[in-house]
Amino acid sequence: MTARKVEFIFNARRKTKRENNMKDKKNFQLSILNFQCRKIIERMAKVMLTFSGSITSLAILLIIIFLFKEGLGLFHSPSVEKGYVLCVQTSNPIETLTPEQIKKIFDEEITSWNKLGGRNEAIKVFRFDDIFSMYPEEEFGQEYELLPDKLGEVISQNPNIIAYIPEQYLPKENASVKILVSGNIRMTDFFKGKEWLPTATPSPLFGVLPLITGTLWVSFFAILIALPLGLGVAIYLSELAGTRMRKLLKPTIELLAGIPSVVYGFFGLVVLVPLIQKTLHLPVGETAFAGSLILAIMALPTIITIAEDAMRGTPKAMRESSLALGATHWQTVYRVIVPYASSGIMAAVVLGIGRAIGETMAVLMVTGNAAVIPHSLFQPVRTIPATIAAELGEAPAGGAHYQSLFLLGCILFVITMLISVSAEFISKRQHNKGV
Amino acid sequence: MKKTILTTVILIAALFSVQAQRIKGSDTMLPLSQKAAEEYMKINPSYTVTVTGGGSGVGIAALLEGTTELAQLSRKIKFDEKNKLKGKGKTVKEVIAAYDALAIIVHPSNKVTNLSREQLEGIFTGKIKNWKEVGGVDMPIVSYSRETSSGTYEFFKESVLKKKNYMNGIMSMPATGAIIQSISQTKGAIGYVGLAYLNKDVKAIHVSYDGGKTYVEPTVANAKNETYPIVRPLYYYYDTTTESKVKPFIDFVLSDKGQEIVSEIGFVSVN
Repeated sequence: MTARKVEFIFNARRKTKRENNMKDKKNFQLSILNFQCRKIIERMAKVMLTFSGSITSLAILLIIIFLFKEGLGLFHSPSVEKGYVLCVQTSNPIETLTPEQIKKIFDEEITSWNKLGGRNEAIKVFRFDDIFSMYPEEEFGQEYELLPDKLGEVISQNPNIIAYIPEQYLPKENASVKILVSGNIRMTDFFKGKEWLPTATPSPLFGVLPLITGTLWVSFFAILIALPLGLGVAIYLSELAGTRMRKLLKPTIELLAGIPSVVYGFFGLVVLVPLIQKTLHLPVGETAFAGSLILAIMALPTIITIAEDAMRGTPKAMRESSLALGATHWQTVYRVIVPYASSGIMAAVVLGIGRAIGETMAVLMVTGNAAVIPHSLFQPVRTIPATIAAELGEAPAGGAHYQSLFLLGCILFVITMLISVSAEFISKRQHNKGV
Repeated sequence: MKKTILTTVILIAALFSVQAQRIKGSDTMLPLSQKAAEEYMKINPSYTVTVTGGGSGVGIAALLEGTTELAQLSRKIKFDEKNKLKGKGKTVKEVIAAYDALAIIVHPSNKVTNLSREQLEGIFTGKIKNWKEVGGVDMPIVSYSRETSSGTYEFFKESVLKKKNYMNGIMSMPATGAIIQSISQTKGAIGYVGLAYLNKDVKAIHVSYDGGKTYVEPTVANAKNETYPIVRPLYYYYDTTTESKVKPFIDFVLSDKGQEIVSEIGFVSVN
């Protein structure tokens, strides 16, 4: 009886043990399956993330390549409008003219050939459209096949003429017609030129210097205004303000970032510009200063939010140890918290500058858009983004004007890249030194 | 149920797309075309007319690409634009829809009322820099212009500056409204806008094109009797092959009702 009982119990135990074993095995297999499943999902997620990352970088790269390709095409464009030529009589000793000289001739600022090294005779300017007021329309023939002859006639009759005519209607047979060599648009004319007249005919002037200096000028003063103000508010919000005050102020400031830039621009044009003009007794209110002020207001929310987040991110231990060492609250702020948060503050500054340099609409409305190199803060300037926005709509695709606007985009890109690279460099160095 | 709604929507869309036409181009003509399109669609509910701006050059480019049936231009078509269209096998027809006069405006407190074309040329090319040179008080002149993309910019350059370039560093504003706003708040300002935009915040200058003999005020009446000199035609251009499609609309604009709209907006009617 007892032996049987013992045997029974023993058997039962063995049975449960075996069952348990089997359960374990099953569980184990399941978990392996589970594990493999998860692994596959993880791998898929990894592939997808890599894919989207590389797609993004590829897109950025393609945009940059496109930008530079279109922009650099400018230096392969002729300096006289495409499809047109400038002609003089063969007897004229002048062989070539610079774009600036051409502009001055057609604006009647240069009126005599001797100023260009030629004869002492008055220049006669002839534009293609003038031909239609000299002869009746019927004389040109049905498909304008007689037009070249007529043009040749005009040129050979006037020894001091400079004629601006389409290449298509060039009187090739006429021996008294000489084409002026104009060449392509040169890099020095682009980067060192001081006049931006992209639609001037016959020879547009793409002097980019006023635009670059204008952009830097406005952005520099914007940051100069925004930085102390923004840092001050950030320090106040993160260190001095009470919880209720911060809960009220921070959303308000963040709301500022959400206002569309055209609204800022309109506000600037209607309120700020007359105000500046009246209080400073200026002839014009649309000045670089108005642009800087608007940009400063626009950059403030970015600077404040990011700088404040960086300062509040300072570990409690750092603050407390500083206070424990006997530093006052104020000493803690500027000796410990600001240095610790310096990389975050740097990021705030860079994003602020980025916003200022790239801002288009507000600047377009308040700076007057006059393409002159700025000498003071109280005169109109023209910035690169405003130029692109105002002119791209009408610039014929693929033309020199269009390409020059793309090249302006390249310049803007290079400027912002330089700023962010140098900011990275500075913040890294400070980080190593500070903490 | 859903299917029937869907099919009716598609059917209606198809019906409309057959009789839809697009107008694109000059911003100056935008109010005219929009108003005319509205009235036209009221009379012919089966038609849809979409009007978009962008500038005169944009209108011609769209005609070239075939993305519009009608191009509205505030200047005459350029010779090479015509050539380009010809190169694509398109011959365009030109219709003058209305006339627009350009008014020269200054700040209301400015004492100068009369300016000749030569004086205007001097001001906008930067040779005349102070109001006292043209009979005003000793105050620097601040001249405002439109952006280069505008047809008004081109027309002013052609008519008043005799194709010379504007001075380097002229203030250029993105829109007519901005010019009015700036001039009304700048004492030494001068600029140009379409007659339709004149209001009491700015003062219109009387202009002389005959060397200072007669000065004419910019009004619709003076533009109509051709005594005011700075007047330009406003054009519609279309491809001759699509004539049957756009003709009803153009006929409507040229009709008495259409020309009433023209005067209402502040342009000068054709007849």
